[in-house]
Amino acid sequence: MQPLGYQTLREHMRARSAWKPAEYLIWLIPIAAWFVLPTHLSLLSQIAIMGLFALSLDLLLGYAGIVSLGHGAFFGLGAYVAGLLGKYGWGEPLSGLAAAALVAGAFGYVSSFLVLRGTDLTRLMVTLGIALMLSEVANKMHWLTGGADGLQGVAIWPVLGLWRFDLYGRVGYAYAVAVLFVLFLLARRIVHSPFGQSLRAIKQNERRMHALGAPVMRRIVAVCTLSAAYAGVAGALLAQTTQFVSLESIGFGKSADVLIMLVLGGTGRLYGALLGALAFMAMRHVLSGMTPQYWEFWLGAMLVLLVMFARGGIFGLIDVLRARLGWARA
Amino acid sequence: MTAVLETRDLAKNFGGITAANGITLSVNAGARHALIGPNGAGKTTLVNLFTGALRPTRGEILLDGTDITHLPQYRRVKRGLVRTFQVSQLFPGLTPLESVALAIAERKGIAWRWWRPFGREAGLFDEAAQLLDELGLLDCATGPTSRLPYGRQRLIEIALALALKPRVLLLDEPAAGVPRDESVELFSRIASLPRDVTVLLIEHDMDIVFRFAERITVMVNGGVLVDDVPEKVAADPRVREVYLGEAGHG
Repeated sequence: MQPLGYQTLREHMRARSAWKPAEYLIWLIPIAAWFVLPTHLSLLSQIAIMGLFALSLDLLLGYAGIVSLGHGAFFGLGAYVAGLLGKYGWGEPLSGLAAAALVAGAFGYVSSFLVLRGTDLTRLMVTLGIALMLSEVANKMHWLTGGADGLQGVAIWPVLGLWRFDLYGRVGYAYAVAVLFVLFLLARRIVHSPFGQSLRAIKQNERRMHALGAPVMRRIVAVCTLSAAYAGVAGALLAQTTQFVSLESIGFGKSADVLIMLVLGGTGRLYGALLGALAFMAMRHVLSGMTPQYWEFWLGAMLVLLVMFARGGIFGLIDVLRARLGWARA
Repeated sequence: MTAVLETRDLAKNFGGITAANGITLSVNAGARHALIGPNGAGKTTLVNLFTGALRPTRGEILLDGTDITHLPQYRRVKRGLVRTFQVSQLFPGLTPLESVALAIAERKGIAWRWWRPFGREAGLFDEAAQLLDELGLLDCATGPTSRLPYGRQRLIEIALALALKPRVLLLDEPAAGVPRDESVELFSRIASLPRDVTVLLIEHDMDIVFRFAERITVMVNGGVLVDDVPEKVAADPRVREVYLGEAGHG
């Protein structure tokens, strides 16, 4: 005889990966933004791109618990791949993204072996070191990358042969949001899968995962590769929509920004990455308008307050408020 | 009796400290074998050498007569060598149901699947629920593991190991810190394991050891002092001297 409750448990587990009403609402925001802020489309596409970049870091840090201070390396690599393709005669955007994903993913795969063993501190230093080296390589190879002047003359063909990138950034915005949405769906699938669950478990207790017979090292390599490919696509999107690659896109600043965005929004929940990118970029837009030199002061202040009083980022804060109000946790 | 788990001249040095000093030991198939010894005797080091968490300085480990000395941890688990931890190693943020289902997924080799939602692998959760049910944990299956009382966490520690369907189970002080009545329950569950599961128990509590074990190995200073049936071990003057002392079974 099967005891009561198995069916309930089964339904409980099935419900975990189902879409919640709030999620549908969230995805209406980029559509609404198109109509509400038609003069800010290039800023909005950058938010979508940084959202995808933060999402890539969330897969790595939020799910598998691997810290990185050098995620900008993959972003920049993807940007240069797509930019160079566009400059030297292949401006087809979707294959450009695929090429960027491939190159960044391959680089992520190789460099993952350096972060396999070791503590958070060694991982921070190794990822930082890799990113610094790559950034200097890009700077040094002026003949290829344009160095500090940036990569100019990037020509991107119309999306799917239909939509030409326009001055108002309409196509760029729709393209960036569409790519973000598709890759978000994929990431959402992955984090809810058995593989995603095993990453979460590795983050919580790596020792036990070894003892459960999980090939922990291979899982880490897999997520590093995936995360790097995602970051590469984000970089490629920036190169394609702006038709330019600056040295900044591979610099340390990018690695720091994306980490701040993710922590700001909240790790390990995908939407935190998107919200963090939105909050960060919006704050930068507003604050740098008021105090161009010192906007990072306010960013810093907010970061300190957040990690001291709401360790889960903005989403963590929302959770706390919901608990206070007695609402059930999602 | 055939040996299922063996070591030959197994040694481990940490810098200048010898934690395992030429251990030759054999655990028979289906055995209820206990490993005892004072603190620092090298019991947990031996478990870590068995599982591959540590690499030996010299010597060999054999499982079913095959050399596994250089196999990574997960491959040993795949061959049925499973351990529990003296200090619970759980997933605080997962529910017991998710944790056990994940262990089952690893055993079945489906933890690499990346498309179908974990929660929709129905067979996984039925099996997990059944195991939790057997251990009396069904009522707390969907709450966070971190909020459970200690005794229940110890049971989940066991559940995670059982979910892997071990052939050789290494229990590192399973009852550590568990109240007496609960530990009796715990051991009745362990004792009811099918006879084709070999159990090697590391334990401090002599009552438990002498009730449970059919063979006892006494370790001292990283080496094996005595390896015999409980009656002989209890009567051995060397064991009394180094281990049981005045406080022991007089």
